Amino acid sequence: MTFQLIVFYFFAAIMVIAALRMITAKNPVHSALSLVLVFFTSSAIWLLLEAEFLAITLVLVYVGAVMVLFLFVVMMLDINISQMREGFVKFMPIALIVSLVMIVELVLVVLAKEFAIERTAGFQHELGNTHALGEILYTEYLLPFETAAVILLVAIVAAIVLTLRHRMQTQAQDPAEQVKVKAKDRIRIVSLASENDKKS
Amino acid sequence: MITITHFLVLGAILFSLAIAGIFMNRKNLIVLLMSIELMLLAVNINFVAFSYYLNDLAGQVFVFFILTVAAAEAAIGLAILVVVFRNRGTINVQDLNEMKG
Repeated sequence: MTFQLIVFYFFAAIMVIAALRMITAKNPVHSALSLVLVFFTSSAIWLLLEAEFLAITLVLVYVGAVMVLFLFVVMMLDINISQMREGFVKFMPIALIVSLVMIVELVLVVLAKEFAIERTAGFQHELGNTHALGEILYTEYLLPFETAAVILLVAIVAAIVLTLRHRMQTQAQDPAEQVKVKAKDRIRIVSLASENDKKS
Repeated sequence: MITITHFLVLGAILFSLAIAGIFMNRKNLIVLLMSIELMLLAVNINFVAFSYYLNDLAGQVFVFFILTVAAAEAAIGLAILVVVFRNRGTINVQDLNEMKG
């Protein structure tokens, strides 16, 4: 048993246990924290596969941003946990059967000798994984990369528009209204008879 | 010797666990979203494993894009969740039957 194999089994065991904990936890906060552990251990497994850049990205983007967002939402919403658990036991048998059958089927497929490939000796980048990834990301995959940027922008706009709420009480300025204003909206000239004229 | 089969089996187990999570937490929208994230992670593990064993960086680029789309999906999903909670006062899946779908 090589050192790599021991490391792999160690992290794989943590990962599977944390995933089980995620789908069975009573409290959604515990689920979210277990999912953080899953992401963290999977980043360790990606390091084993020499995907350093993606491993760090997984920790930064997922653990640092997405899961924190999940935790914010879980803690912000007032959730009735007992109501959430309805049907948990009822669907447990079918979930177990389906997932067991799926695991068996997938493992049978994966164990086929077509999948048992040795590592092909290819071009080894001497400057490391991040440099190599950046090199093809900005040349060969430039269009998909910019599409991904647009997707992120759309996601930002969509999330903000969805959760935007106009409060009637707040005294906010509306720049569009301010720009549209004309001089005659501001001042109204009224002709009145002079006081002196009235007296005489 | 660590082979690609190890990683593929791990991905298969994680994917099936995520399916079981979707089955069991049918009422809980938040855990449903988290299960989807878990499924995407299982797929990503397969991509990275193949990328390593075939010595081709295209797999890792693909994982990069999946991460991007998954982050966008999580942000929009949670925004929808917040809006549903604000309008209905609950995120029980059973109460979301307005469309009679």
